[in-house]
Amino acid sequence: MDHHFPLNESPITYTQNPVVTGTSVIALKYRDGVMLAADNLASYGSLARFKDVERLYAVGDFTVIGASGDISDFQYTKHLLDAEMVKEYYINDGHVLGAPHIYEYLSRVMYHRRSQINPLWNSYVVGGYHNGEGFLGYVDLKGTTYKSSSIATGFGAYFAQPILRKIVEGHENTLSEEEAIDAVDKCMRVLFYRDARSLNKFQRAKITAQGVEITQPYSLDTEWSFGDSKIN
Amino acid sequence: MFRNQYDNDISTWSPQGRIHQVEYALEAVKQGSAAVGLRSNTHVVLLALKRSSGELASYQKKLTMIDDHLGIAIAGLTSDARVLSNFMRAEAMKSKVIYGRPLPIFRIVSAIGDKAQVNTQNYGRRPYGVGLLVAGYDETGPHLYECAPSGNFFEYYAMSIGARSQSAKTYLERYYEGFAEASLDELVRHGLNALRDTLQQDKELNMDNCSIGIVGADCKFKIVEGEELKGYLNLLDNADVGDTVQGQAPMDTE
Amino acid sequence: MNPVDFYNETLTSVPTEHGFYPYESNGGTALAIAGEDFCVVASDTRQSNGYLINARYAPKAFKMSEKAVLANSVFAADGNALVRRLTQRIQWYKHSHEKEISITALAQLVSNTLYYKRFFPFYTQVLLGGIDESGAGVVYSFDPVGSYGLEVCRANGTASALIQPFLDNQVEFKNVQFDDKPRMTLDRAICIAKDAFTSATERDIYTGDHLEIFIIKQDGITIESYPLKKD
Repeated sequence: MDHHFPLNESPITYTQNPVVTGTSVIALKYRDGVMLAADNLASYGSLARFKDVERLYAVGDFTVIGASGDISDFQYTKHLLDAEMVKEYYINDGHVLGAPHIYEYLSRVMYHRRSQINPLWNSYVVGGYHNGEGFLGYVDLKGTTYKSSSIATGFGAYFAQPILRKIVEGHENTLSEEEAIDAVDKCMRVLFYRDARSLNKFQRAKITAQGVEITQPYSLDTEWSFGDSKIN
Repeated sequence: MFRNQYDNDISTWSPQGRIHQVEYALEAVKQGSAAVGLRSNTHVVLLALKRSSGELASYQKKLTMIDDHLGIAIAGLTSDARVLSNFMRAEAMKSKVIYGRPLPIFRIVSAIGDKAQVNTQNYGRRPYGVGLLVAGYDETGPHLYECAPSGNFFEYYAMSIGARSQSAKTYLERYYEGFAEASLDELVRHGLNALRDTLQQDKELNMDNCSIGIVGADCKFKIVEGEELKGYLNLLDNADVGDTVQGQAPMDTE
Repeated sequence: MNPVDFYNETLTSVPTEHGFYPYESNGGTALAIAGEDFCVVASDTRQSNGYLINARYAPKAFKMSEKAVLANSVFAADGNALVRRLTQRIQWYKHSHEKEISITALAQLVSNTLYYKRFFPFYTQVLLGGIDESGAGVVYSFDPVGSYGLEVCRANGTASALIQPFLDNQVEFKNVQFDDKPRMTLDRAICIAKDAFTSATERDIYTGDHLEIFIIKQDGITIESYPLKKD
């Protein structure tokens, strides 16, 4: 192939791969709003590098974004969104950016960056509560977007999404908070069992008419012994 | 001859602490035909008097739609208004694309204020020669603003700009307390009454020289002109003069 | 350096590194049928990525004016970006001409918008269906870089190979021995659209969930929704 640049000059290289990464984010709609969960691990390849990283982040009073993928790109995104919220706050005209607006903005940023071949290497889940109903949207490094009553990124798309769909689809308005928590725990347990880049220490966020609540990190009890009676 | 030494350019103060060029620009607004705006709890209405340069000419456009939730009435240099309305339209589209929401009214008005102000402080520039009434409906409700070439902008319950607009203002000041609870028809009727007060003695409002802009809670900004005006102009005829309206308007608190 | 050359370069010369490929395929199917005085545009609402279903309701057909509907397929992010751009241009057209854009002008606009990105294309196949200035139903189809043509009917997307021959046969009566071919009615067009999608859903994993049918007539656009199989 022809080189279009001088021989001693190397081509511009933007992010070609993620470095320190977070794994799945899962999220679902339920009666009172939206619930998200993500573990506290930031991996460096196969090395479990940081075990106290928060991947759920509140933006404003009624929005939480959950991030998987490159952690440094996520930190940059948090900075971007914070700047937007501050800008909004100082205009002081009674308008506030809600979950759909933050989602729209983030989608534009992600698509714009992919179009410059300089992506933010993440999959984001935006959960929120706006105008009396839950909001749940997805956007990733290619600018692909969709809204759905349950969303799972990364390995979660394979392991958690089928579980979530079974529980959530058609029951968005009846599912109780307890049932939603059970669904989240069920998914996070499966993910911890099967995803080698996951951690049994995670946080859960809920966004309802009352605002945002993000839990302290917690663990689930697991069972690793041989189920001898079940071996055939 | 006495000649004003302090009005040659925009960046010179007069010893009285005035910037004459800005004040001249404010005069340009008063040369334009009148525009009236008034607001209830649910709607904003703009009304304007269109002028034509003669029998053979068409009437000059006075109302411009900016977006589904936003429109303006102008008085002064039409070409300057076109520049501003293009800017407003671009900003409205930007807001929709970036945040997926209609542009908040205060923001576009303050952006225009900022643009206008720059033209009052830089040597070699000239202020806009146009005044605007901005009517819009956003998440915080209906809004009516006035924008002046000086960069000033204010929010109003009701306002008028342009030639002989003082007469309309007088009418509005007399009745504005009832506007909040007024129905759309009542609001339009008050607006027409106010606009009529700006007319010269021998003139009347008709389908050709009048246009109405309406925006509200469940009502995208629309401009009513020509034949469609008939219904509204009839409202005016029934209520003859202001005092009759007062009797008919149950919300009046005077 | 041109970004397109750039990632090709990295992909070929640095095989060990995983370069960034800015496109993906999200599947989905759309079809359009033109009648004498109407047009039908139908599309499913599933968005996929490989074997994963992203969302069951992610529409890719949009009303662009009172007389035109645009449906796109392949890369959803590009498709949505295209629709956003067009929506703005259509609004500017409305502002400056104080009338709606005709579908003929809109078709040329779509072509120009696609060709503008000839060297970093919108990875999308576009269908534009509606009513022209004379009131006749028309369908335009576009390739990703803006080539376009006027058609009677067209299927786009992952199930296009399944649906197009069916449309050729049932709409244009290709390979049918008829003395006089019957006129296409709205009811029949809708039936054909439904049949095409229920059948495509059986065989194409990227087509399913919901079917949205836009009916464009002189007096406006109506939308009908039907469930498709969710497997």
